[in-house]
This record gives sequence, structure tokens and C-alpha cells, in this order.
Amino acid sequence: MSFVWTLAEQHGGRLKDVSFELLSRGRALADKLDTKLASVVIGDGVSPEQLEALIRRGADEVYAIMDPRLAHFVCETYSNILSHLVKTYQPTIILAAATSMGRTVMPHVAVRVHTGLTADCTELDIEPGTGNLLQTRPAIGGNIMATIKTPQHRPQMATVRPKSSRPLPEDATRVGKVIEVPLIESLIDERVRVTGYRTDTADFVNLEEADVVIAGGRGMKKAEHFGMLHDIAGVFGGVVGASRDAIDRGWLGYSHQIGLSGKTISPRLILTAGISGSIQFLAGIKTSETIVSINTDPDAGLHKVADFGIVGDLFEVLPELQRRLHEHAAAPPAATTATADDERPDERQREERV
Amino acid sequence: MDIIVPIKQVPETSNVKMDPETGTMIRDGVGTVVNPLDLYAIETALRLKEAHGGIVTALTMGPSPAVKALREAIAMGCDEAVFISDRSFGGADSWATSYTIAQAIKQAGRYDLIICGERATDGDTGQVGPGIAAWLDLPLATYVASVTTLPGADAPVGLSVERLVEEGYQILELPLPALLTVVKEIGSPRLPTLRGKKRAKVTEIPLFNAQNLELDPAFIGLKGSPTKVVKVATPKVMRSGTVVRAHDEAEIALAVDRLLAFLDERGLLPRGDRP
Repeated sequence: MSFVWTLAEQHGGRLKDVSFELLSRGRALADKLDTKLASVVIGDGVSPEQLEALIRRGADEVYAIMDPRLAHFVCETYSNILSHLVKTYQPTIILAAATSMGRTVMPHVAVRVHTGLTADCTELDIEPGTGNLLQTRPAIGGNIMATIKTPQHRPQMATVRPKSSRPLPEDATRVGKVIEVPLIESLIDERVRVTGYRTDTADFVNLEEADVVIAGGRGMKKAEHFGMLHDIAGVFGGVVGASRDAIDRGWLGYSHQIGLSGKTISPRLILTAGISGSIQFLAGIKTSETIVSINTDPDAGLHKVADFGIVGDLFEVLPELQRRLHEHAAAPPAATTATADDERPDERQREERV
Repeated sequence: MDIIVPIKQVPETSNVKMDPETGTMIRDGVGTVVNPLDLYAIETALRLKEAHGGIVTALTMGPSPAVKALREAIAMGCDEAVFISDRSFGGADSWATSYTIAQAIKQAGRYDLIICGERATDGDTGQVGPGIAAWLDLPLATYVASVTTLPGADAPVGLSVERLVEEGYQILELPLPALLTVVKEIGSPRLPTLRGKKRAKVTEIPLFNAQNLELDPAFIGLKGSPTKVVKVATPKVMRSGTVVRAHDEAEIALAVDRLLAFLDERGLLPRGDRP
């Protein structure tokens, strides 16, 4: 039986959280198919300890292709390598994250190896009897859930929405193989060159990878008022997002925009203030784990989808929330709130990334 | 610099019906617009043309009414348009769509650059742009937020672009011809002009169909699509949430109290003591 694969992601030699989220998806599928799970890592300088972590979190095998020329994602070269690996090992399923890398390289590879690809899946399962991968994704602005399969082509490829699954806890007893796959020179495509990164922008945010998003809309009235949201986000270790209305008024940069023409996110918590909740905005947050809304209008669309809604003036509610949160955060931690490292793999990595 | 901009006509609202048989969209009776994210691709192309000369060609694939999207693109300032339409192209997934468009681009003639929107707001895959690049073996940059040209002897020979990625912006240099997909940050799309609208009415738009396009029949339409839609369901939108009123000081204090308790119950409250 051919393997299930996940495509790990790295930046600067550090594996990203999505690499581990994908493994929990892949593990479930591999178990149902009674086959093995392998993770492919293309990059440079990913330490043996990190590669072992992929095994401790669900992989049976790790294929590591490491070379200084692979340090940065370049679609053509990564696609050459992945296509070559696919032809060599013939996996049955490949999962990648629906990130700027996954959503670029996967369609490229799908064309090359002539197979189907489903974008931004939120559910994956195996069809009983056929063993086909059932890929479910929100479409038409999240108004429908479409289940898609690739019955006659292999591998079956899918990108998976970041944060839509949690990494498995580390299991030190798991054993697996790390295989260093040598880079074949001819797979390097030198046409596109990475000349650098710009991360100096103060007004930049990584919405998709955030566990907590505090978002504001037109009801915030002024750019300055987003300070309250930044403050609350700070308490949660989260980031600030915004509706299109707020972005179009220039209150925040485009990287903050949530919704149909912005980012689609699945954080553990999204708290919105002054956002009425257009269909377009709701499309961007529907798969969030917990939704909290603060809005003066009891009929606001967001109150209808919220797990917890407060009908009130955000300029009265937010200051009180800020006060209580700070009071709370300042209180000494109770022994019972200590969380095992295993369950919170995200925390440590995020701090290092910032 | 000659630029091709593949665009898509999408339903105007998000209230679209699906055909339960084929799992494809029912387009009848729904207003249509040019995919809003494609307007940024058109804008980018027009700006490059203004700076470096050349011709901007809008291209779309879809059923007969989709030609309207091309006329809107011309009204914005595109010079020419190419329409790809045939019954046998219907129901194509992103693999078959990118194949058909790539074949049309090969036949349409010379180009220096192809610019696509980030994704369409209906299908929401963002896979057709990278797919076209793969078919045509063009250097690719996705999620492009800014473009500058690298000057050659008499025309630009390459581009330096900034890609919006999770860590910030990745800066790439690409030789031409190349394919970009652009994001909103690239610049505000212009409105159609009256002169453009007049020109849009009279511009002749050539049609590519199954007869005059060189195509492998096994690669087109629903039959040529590796992915099949097996089920379409309407997700439940409502959550059984709590909504509380906070109209005076006491209510606000109580509402915040309950919110904190609710967050704590879900393990979402940051470190600290229980409230």
C-alpha cells in the first residue's frame, strides 16, 4: 500500500507549526488506510532533532532534502523536487498546508503529475470501500461545503486550512526513519531568485497562524481606537484583524483583512468589535473554533454566528474588558492552570518567530 | 510590454445554487461581475502598460454570457480580449481549466507577462494561476504585493516583486516572460471610463472553442477533470450562542464577567488565576 505524505514547511531552518498540524490529519488517514505516513521536508538547516519531532508527532518516515539552495521557497525548484519524489515513491495522498507555499507549489505539482488537487480543505476522510480520499471544503464564500474526490488519479492532493487541526502530542516512544534524500542537481531551477525578505513593516500581521484574533470593523470609528484591540490581543498573545470596511478606510494594512477578499482564518478564538458581519466577512471566520462578538445592533449578522455575543457599545464594553483582562493576567497563576508542554506546542515556537 | 490578464466572471452575490447532480454551480438568474480580485490584476497590467507601452489582453473562459466580463475589462482600459467558450469546456476543475487557458494563451500570440488575480471569490481555489504557469513552464510569483521592472537595453527584461507570505514579504527576481498572481495591496483598481465603455461595445472579441483550439479531448471539461464533486451540503450557519445585553454599567460588568467565565470554560483565557 502506498504511503500518505505531508509536506512540511520550514522558514530559516525552523519547522513551522503547520507541519505538525498536517501530521495529525495524515496520521488519521494513514491509520484508516492501514498504511504509513511520511513527511517531506524541503529546505536547509532543519536540525535532526526537529526531523525527529516529526516522527514523535505522527510520521513513520521523514524524507529530508536539504541544501543551501533550498533555504527559501522557490516554486519551480520545489515543484521539480516534489514531482520527482512523487514519481519515484508514488504516494497515494499528499497533504500540504493552504499557505502561500502550499497554495503555490501544490497546483504546480498537480499539473506536472496529472492529478487532482482540492484547495483549503477543512475535513478529510477516507471513503469506505474505495479507499478514496474525501476532501471537504467551504466554497462560494463558505455558503456550501463541497466534498470532492479524485477517483482515477494518484496521488490525491489537498491543501489543508492552517489551524483547522491540532498537532498530536509528542510521543517519545514512536520510532521511525529519517531518510536524507540527496538533491539531484538538475532539479534546481535558477530562473527565479530570492533576493531577500522584508519584515520590517510594523503594520504586518500573520493572521492565518494566530491562535487568537481580535478584529475591528467600521464601528471602531478611528484608526487610533484599534489601540484597544492591540492591547486585548496582547493579553491573549494574539493579533489584530479587521473587516474590509476598516481596511478600505486605511485604518490598518491589507495583511489584517479578514473575509472573502482577505484572509480566511480558523483561530481558536476570534473576538470582533464593531463588525456587523457581512456574508463576505463571515466567510472568512466561519471555521473558527470560538466566535465572540461585540456590537450595538442585536440583529448584527455576527451575533447570529457568535458563540458569545454582547449587545452593547464597544466603547463602553472594551475598556471594561481590558481592565478585567489585565486584572486577571496580573493574578498569580493557579497550580491547576499549568498546561503540559505537549499540549501547547504552538506557544514556544510563536515566541521565537516574532 | 505585452500582458495577458486571465479573468473570471463570478456570481455577484454569495447566494448561489448548486446543481446536486453535477455538483457544479447554477449560474442562471444570478447577477455577475468580474471577480473582484481580478480587478487588481487588470490594474497592475494597465500601470505596467502606461510605464512601458505594449498591449493588455484580457482573457476569460466561461459560458456565453461571460463575454460581458471581457467588455468590462476593455472599459477599464484593456486593449484586446480573448474569449474561450465551448460547451465541452463546462464543469472543468482547476486542472482542466488551467490546461485549456494555457493552450489558448499559446495560440493567442506573443506576451511578456501574464497577471492573474489571487483567486476567484466563488471557487476560491487560487489554483488556476499557478496551474497556467506549470503548463507554460513560466517563472511564477504568487501573492505579489508590489512590482518593479528590471530595465534591459530597450525594454524590461525582468521583474522584482514582493510576495506577501506568512513571515512578511519575500522579494523575488524573475526573468520575462513570467506569471504573477497579485493581491489587493498592489493598488486600487480604476473605474471604467466613458470612452472605454464605448470602445468595449465595438471591440471585436475573438472566440476560441473546441474547433479552433488545439486540445487533448481527454484534458477538457468535466470529463477531463481529475477531481469530482461528490456531495454538496449547506453548513449550518447558526451556532447556539449566548447573547447578552450590556446597556448600562451593571449590565456591562455582568456581560464581561460572563464572557470571561465562558472563555475560561473553553480554556481560552490567558494565564492567570480563575476569575
